[in-house]
Amino acid sequence: MGEDVENKEERETEDVGRSESEPGTVTTRIRARFGDASVSTGNAVGCESVIAERDALLPFMTFLKDDPELSFDYLVDVTAVDRLRLDEEIRFAVVYQLYSYKHNHRFSVSVPVPEADPRIGSVVSVWPGANWLEREVYDMYGIVFEGHPDLRRILMPDDFGSYPLRKDYPLHGKGERDNFVF
Amino acid sequence: MNTTPIDKLAETDLEEIRNERVSFERTPDMPTEHMILNFGPQHPATHGTLHMVLELDGEKVAGATPHLGYLHTGFEKLGEYRSYNQFVTLTDRMNYLSPLCNNIGYTHAVEKLMDIEITPRCRNIRVALAELSRLADHLLCIGTAALDIGAFTAFLYGFRAREVLYDLFEAVCGTRLTTSYTRVGGLLRDVPENFAEMARESVEETLRATEEIDRLLTHNRIWRDRTEGVGVLSSEDAVAWGATGPVLRASGVDWDIRKNEPYLGYEAYDFDIPIGRNGDVYDRYLVRMEEIRQSAKIVRQAVEDLPSGPVNADEEHAVLPEKSEVYESMESLIYHFKMTMEGHGPTPPVGEVYAATEAPNGELGFFIVSDGSREPYRIRVRPPSFVNFSMFPMLIRGHMLSDVVAILGSLNVIAGELDR
Repeated sequence: MGEDVENKEERETEDVGRSESEPGTVTTRIRARFGDASVSTGNAVGCESVIAERDALLPFMTFLKDDPELSFDYLVDVTAVDRLRLDEEIRFAVVYQLYSYKHNHRFSVSVPVPEADPRIGSVVSVWPGANWLEREVYDMYGIVFEGHPDLRRILMPDDFGSYPLRKDYPLHGKGERDNFVF
Repeated sequence: MNTTPIDKLAETDLEEIRNERVSFERTPDMPTEHMILNFGPQHPATHGTLHMVLELDGEKVAGATPHLGYLHTGFEKLGEYRSYNQFVTLTDRMNYLSPLCNNIGYTHAVEKLMDIEITPRCRNIRVALAELSRLADHLLCIGTAALDIGAFTAFLYGFRAREVLYDLFEAVCGTRLTTSYTRVGGLLRDVPENFAEMARESVEETLRATEEIDRLLTHNRIWRDRTEGVGVLSSEDAVAWGATGPVLRASGVDWDIRKNEPYLGYEAYDFDIPIGRNGDVYDRYLVRMEEIRQSAKIVRQAVEDLPSGPVNADEEHAVLPEKSEVYESMESLIYHFKMTMEGHGPTPPVGEVYAATEAPNGELGFFIVSDGSREPYRIRVRPPSFVNFSMFPMLIRGHMLSDVVAILGSLNVIAGELDR
């Protein structure tokens, strides 16, 4: 923090090469358990992050929570990003923010989910607090959380029909408002 | 079947109950049946538009199904079409009881993404205003919680002190509610000259009101009967469900972002984190009361020796130059143009960031994905109310109908933040 303008240029070059930098302690621990190819480094600023596979997500998340050296017992947030206009092959990414009360560290997991098959395992069985957060992602992006106890829309009306936070959904809507009767 | 909108929303729940009722009819010996009661969306105790379908067994609540979204405004979608500084105005409208905390939390995230260090003066002003907002938020929360279960006086005492706080916000920001006071890398403008004095006065007024409320409620037999042992949340459940803020601390978990992951220089302030023991409505009330006293301490320290100097960071690519310089210097004029014209403004590098601050209700997080353009590619708000409220069906089960408002008040659910 607090560098001069000269250091800023240095930082920008750092950004580009960040994916090749040394993996953090959490990533090292994950690789020791699931193999080197299991996760790749993410690009979150100021926090360790990985990109994980959606297959076998549940054992992976359970490990993050139960491993005594990680013990991510607090699921901070579940959200998604529609990467339609980013240079990414797979359209969606579900992003989990984790925190450990024991070790006082944060961690971010990003899981790519393809458009053709927008399904991902639910982590409600690991952290019950994921319930509404996953419902919101389903509501906004149409990503289905398999094994979720009560996957319904949460903010939009039940018969809304579209997924408003997708990038191809227009800001002004598709005229749904005209159909509401007050 | 009649399909009014209300019926449609509650359809899933009604279906279950209807089946159950059929089975009751088949066995006439069965003495009771459950009753469905709609709580809201228009109800004075919901503090906004909030709808719950309650399943009642006599006067006991057998289940509750909240229906959200009446105040859904699409802030996250809108944010993708607004520049980084324009989004500040949207954050006002989330938790409208403490808009300054939202302003500060949001710009904190953008500054983390852009790696901007704010000035010491700006830091102290932000801390003071964040804590003053916390005072206002807690006063209103306690006041309305008491009002909802029948204690009108505490509400009026709280509102009187809150008025003084809002006069201060008006003097600083120009508005009482839609403050929009922070900017990426700094503030809208410097505080008025008598800021420290006003802050101290409003703190005094708040503490006076707090002591009055304390005398009215803390040992009040009726208040304790209505709140003790109601809506008990164990520390294990609080952690598993992701509760934060006073709700988490009332359950006995010693965690506050201001202490555990200090930002804005909170590590330099002398204050304590109150912890509850039982995790019930009463403990949440006590934790909020003590937080008011602790926040008052922080405000006094923050304005005690307010550093002099500019409030905006020296980052010409992110912060507006001084107006006097714009008139005189060519570079400043160009930067001013580049900051304000459409399609221009602060531009963070490509990347994503999650930054959390301790808002009055708990962890207020902003997750921003930047594609290197002038607008955020994706902006996500992690609202504390949303996560805290998701525990409501669990907390209310087995309690009396009249406890619904007691628990709701203690969670301090703000619909604007809940639905965004």
